[in-house]
Amino acid sequence: MEALTNMEKANKTFLEEVSKRSGEKLSLCYQCLKCTAGCPTAPNMEFRPNSIIRMIQMGKKQEVLGSSAIWFCVYCQTCGTRCPNEIHIGVLMDALREMAMEEGVHAKEKNIHLFHEAFIQSVRRGGRAHEVTMLMEYILRSRDLMKGSLIPGVKLFLKGKFPLLPSFVKGKGEIKRIFEKCKK
Amino acid sequence: MRFSYFPGCTDHSSSYEYGRSTEAVLETLGVDLVEIEDWNCCGAAATHSLNRLLSLCLPARNISKAQSAQVGPLVVPCAGCFSYLKRTEYVLQHDEAERKEIEGIVGFTYEPSLEILALMDVFLNRIGLGKIEEKVKKPLKGLKPVCYYGCALVRHPKITQLDDPENPQYLDRLMKGLGAEPVDWSYKTDCCGADLAMTYADVVKKLVGKIVSMAKEAGAHCIVTSCGLCQMNLEMRQDIGLPIFYFTELMGVAFDVKNQEKWLKKHLINPKGLLESLGLS
Amino acid sequence: MLEDRGAAFGLEGRGKRTREFALSETLLKRSDPRTLSEAIMKKLGVFICHCGVNIAGTVDVKSVAGKMGEVKDVSHSADYIYMCSEPGQQLIRDAIREKGLEGVVVACCSPSMHENTFRKAVKSEGMNPYLCEIANIREQCSWVHQKEKQKATEKAEEIILATLKKVRENEKLEAISVSINRSVLVIGGGIAGMTAALDLAEGGYEVILLEKEQALGGHMTQLSKTFPDLHPALPDLFTKAKGIEMHPGIDLHCYSEMEEVKGYVGNFELTIRKKATYVDWEKCNGCGLCIRDCPVEYVSQFERGLGVRKAIDLLYPKSVPDKPVVHRVHCRYFIDGSCRKCEEVCPEKAIRFNQEDERIGKKVGAIVVATGFDLYPREKLGEYGYGEIPDVIDGLTLERMLSVDGPTKGKIIRPSDGKVPKEMVFIQCVASRDPDRYMPYCSRICCMYTAKQAKIYKEQVPDGQPYIFYMDIRSDGKGYEEFLQKTIEEKGLLYLRGRVSRIFQDNGTVRVLGVDTLTGNMVEVAADMVVLATAVVPSDGVKDLAAKLRATVDRHGFLTEAHIKLYPVESSTKGIYLAGCGQSPKDISDTVSQASATASKIQALLSTDQLLQDPLIAFVDEHICSGCGICVEICPYEAREMDSRRGISVVHSALCQGCGACIGACPNFACELRNSSSIQTLRMMDTFV
Repeated sequence: MEALTNMEKANKTFLEEVSKRSGEKLSLCYQCLKCTAGCPTAPNMEFRPNSIIRMIQMGKKQEVLGSSAIWFCVYCQTCGTRCPNEIHIGVLMDALREMAMEEGVHAKEKNIHLFHEAFIQSVRRGGRAHEVTMLMEYILRSRDLMKGSLIPGVKLFLKGKFPLLPSFVKGKGEIKRIFEKCKK
Repeated sequence: MRFSYFPGCTDHSSSYEYGRSTEAVLETLGVDLVEIEDWNCCGAAATHSLNRLLSLCLPARNISKAQSAQVGPLVVPCAGCFSYLKRTEYVLQHDEAERKEIEGIVGFTYEPSLEILALMDVFLNRIGLGKIEEKVKKPLKGLKPVCYYGCALVRHPKITQLDDPENPQYLDRLMKGLGAEPVDWSYKTDCCGADLAMTYADVVKKLVGKIVSMAKEAGAHCIVTSCGLCQMNLEMRQDIGLPIFYFTELMGVAFDVKNQEKWLKKHLINPKGLLESLGLS
Repeated sequence: MLEDRGAAFGLEGRGKRTREFALSETLLKRSDPRTLSEAIMKKLGVFICHCGVNIAGTVDVKSVAGKMGEVKDVSHSADYIYMCSEPGQQLIRDAIREKGLEGVVVACCSPSMHENTFRKAVKSEGMNPYLCEIANIREQCSWVHQKEKQKATEKAEEIILATLKKVRENEKLEAISVSINRSVLVIGGGIAGMTAALDLAEGGYEVILLEKEQALGGHMTQLSKTFPDLHPALPDLFTKAKGIEMHPGIDLHCYSEMEEVKGYVGNFELTIRKKATYVDWEKCNGCGLCIRDCPVEYVSQFERGLGVRKAIDLLYPKSVPDKPVVHRVHCRYFIDGSCRKCEEVCPEKAIRFNQEDERIGKKVGAIVVATGFDLYPREKLGEYGYGEIPDVIDGLTLERMLSVDGPTKGKIIRPSDGKVPKEMVFIQCVASRDPDRYMPYCSRICCMYTAKQAKIYKEQVPDGQPYIFYMDIRSDGKGYEEFLQKTIEEKGLLYLRGRVSRIFQDNGTVRVLGVDTLTGNMVEVAADMVVLATAVVPSDGVKDLAAKLRATVDRHGFLTEAHIKLYPVESSTKGIYLAGCGQSPKDISDTVSQASATASKIQALLSTDQLLQDPLIAFVDEHICSGCGICVEICPYEAREMDSRRGISVVHSALCQGCGACIGACPNFACELRNSSSIQTLRMMDTFV
């Protein structure tokens, strides 16, 4: 029987911090579950979108930042469009992932995290995304052979839709500076 | 008619069909596209997932370039790119503190007069359906597509400011203008899960399977999209062989533009059989 | 035949005569020969309403209309989709005119719905309205037999046939005109009573306002700020109270109770008991010296136990009226004669230790009952500590704390040690929505006042944490949901969905055991203070008062309205109207609306000098009446009295409600009910049995 004894000050800060960071008015949540009802990836989350909000209200910082739910959100914004209280859960999830990384919380969905990282790396290098280098980096770092993705990936490659050579911007310096200044 | 143009990273790779057909169709309509000089990646899903500030600054650089080019409104064909550019535009217009921060990092002063338009918006509201209908040589008679808008164009409506988020009509109107008979269905704006396409194939297969099978159930011959990620994902993760077109490809068919073969052959699911069966190839 | 049936009615014990013999004998003796054959109608009309599908969906109306057309003496039978509609009524009017109908039966819904409509319709064609009768084939037939269409159709036929038998022998009657008294009594000086009194007085009616406490205002005087606009309660209240005190048309009686009510709508006779205040209010100038110097202090109920008051005191500071009362049970003069301090200091010599209760008689035409509410006593709530934990208070107690002129000068502090509570728990639905042990109903004000209190708490104690345990949030008033969401957003209130299992004292804190059903986690809060939103219950003494007024109360003691939707401010007794929480829990906005509604209803009722009453009442055949007086005893409306000169019982037509009690009780069959005579009733029964 897990009992929550008084809200500790640190926990109250979590709600405040997440609210501030995301700009979302989380205390307004009705728990009507409209978000979860329309979420395409909710079936894969251990805590559904509405529960994530409730857990933030209840100060469950570790559970929230360590959840797979925050990585499964695909930012389709179905929730945010339909929420009666205008809570953009997509934006909230972005903020939670950032917080998780800053706090050094191990990403529960490592591969999703690495895939995003690989993409960003590819943009960092040349200012534009390059599928082949991005996928190579992802496969190397995650050691995910992308069982289900390999064959279609090869097909795309064979169709010439994944060019071998990347296209770079001229202003690489500008891109580098932006990346530097946006470094967390 | 001249527009500033942001092709996006997939223009010459996974969205090859979209890029080429867009160019051909706009040429037919006499529209000039001026590519943003030295544009960069919009940041896509990965960037906003991990770094909010970066996800605002990368599009901002493109906005700054389009602004200084002074060509006119900025047209973005890819739905994903469109939504990230619009998101940055929204922040620049509504959050003064963040605007100043972004301006400082990118090194420009935001000018709210620059319009950012989705490609279909240009077709319907700038060029006009009348002009498009004039150019139709081969009406898409007998073709029954379902129009699939996905997430990025219509959500969040306050940001994208494009069409109705629950029952959008732009593509349907365009298809009717081309002589096709778009089929009404209920999955126009359901998410295909493309962000997880490479990492959670099984999750995505389920989402795509639903969309594709529901299109088939509605009696559609094909799905029409306007998003590079959706198009690739819908082709790659289905196993019923339903063709997935970019809407500009069907405009190309109707306008009977040259060299269609160049991009039609790139599809993972070959659409030519369908076009031939209706005498459109 | 009839003899057997008489037995079936339990009439066999009435001497040797059969009911039939007795009746015919009785009827023959009657001075009015109308009831015999010559008065019987020959041309009757039957009109069957479909009521959309309500009747026609079950009863075969076409076939019934056809059959009725063949009944002897029925010269017109018709059906129509909505007989109460204008074209429907036109059918009736046309048939009366064209066929010369002498009586009409409309087979439709309950007479409480449209009897009046159809009686007006026939009257417009010159027919006496009491020759139109309703056969109820909806509530008493189609609605209850939806699965048995054939039987329902047969039953509808029987109901109409029976009604035809009745109407054939109906008398032409005229409404009874009664002169009325145009002043009004309002019982209760809270926001409901004050609103009704002021509205009526402004409308030009004389109002007697009765308040049991020594000052006006009711519970609203105990409140701090009110939702949803957060206006302080007292200024709004004072405006009304002062308006009442100064209004020439309002006769205010504070510290007074209703002792006896006689009479009927338009003519109530009251006896009011003015309790002794032991102060001559005429002389008292409100200087307050007596209060200052009174040596006796006792725990104030007004302050919910948080403050004290003197043996001579006002109800609350600056009360309206601002006159003190000596509270006999606490006063040393009355206990042992040891003190006359107040008398000594009073500059006006206004103290009257020898004052006695006074009884005054009044006459009014209508009465508003606005008796208000109390909170369910915390002492009866076992799982919440039986009222014995000092830092567990109820909502009204917190209101006293929040009031700037209250016992803590507006500060929220723990009653046990005066510390500011940092962990503050609010519990909603305490004893409400608990049919098993307490009250089954929703008290309707708790969700909103709890949100308001939590908001004020958070403003006063910014580093405090309010927890609100709730079952559902009910914020249905105008602007309420918006108020609530805004408060939650701005104040960071933590709502926990779930009932608290129990609370107990533990080492200086109050342990609260509950569950957050939204996460499924057990929740335990070591609270500094707990506020219980206890159920709203009717105030003390309503049952006794209702009995005096012959008004009814429900099983919880709330006064019952005549019809929950259509007559929500009328009581079941004519001329008595209901306003405020005495009828059901409600907030200030709804209370004021209801109070104004009673005032409007009464203004309409008293807009003429004469009141028309239904003539369907009892009458006495003076040739038969033996003057035994049984009817006088049994009449619940005091409508029967003995005419000692003639030695018979007579009917007071204005008082008689036509209930029929005297008819059943009369051993001589001397009483009858107009248009529901025994012979009519037996003939109707004949159809069914």
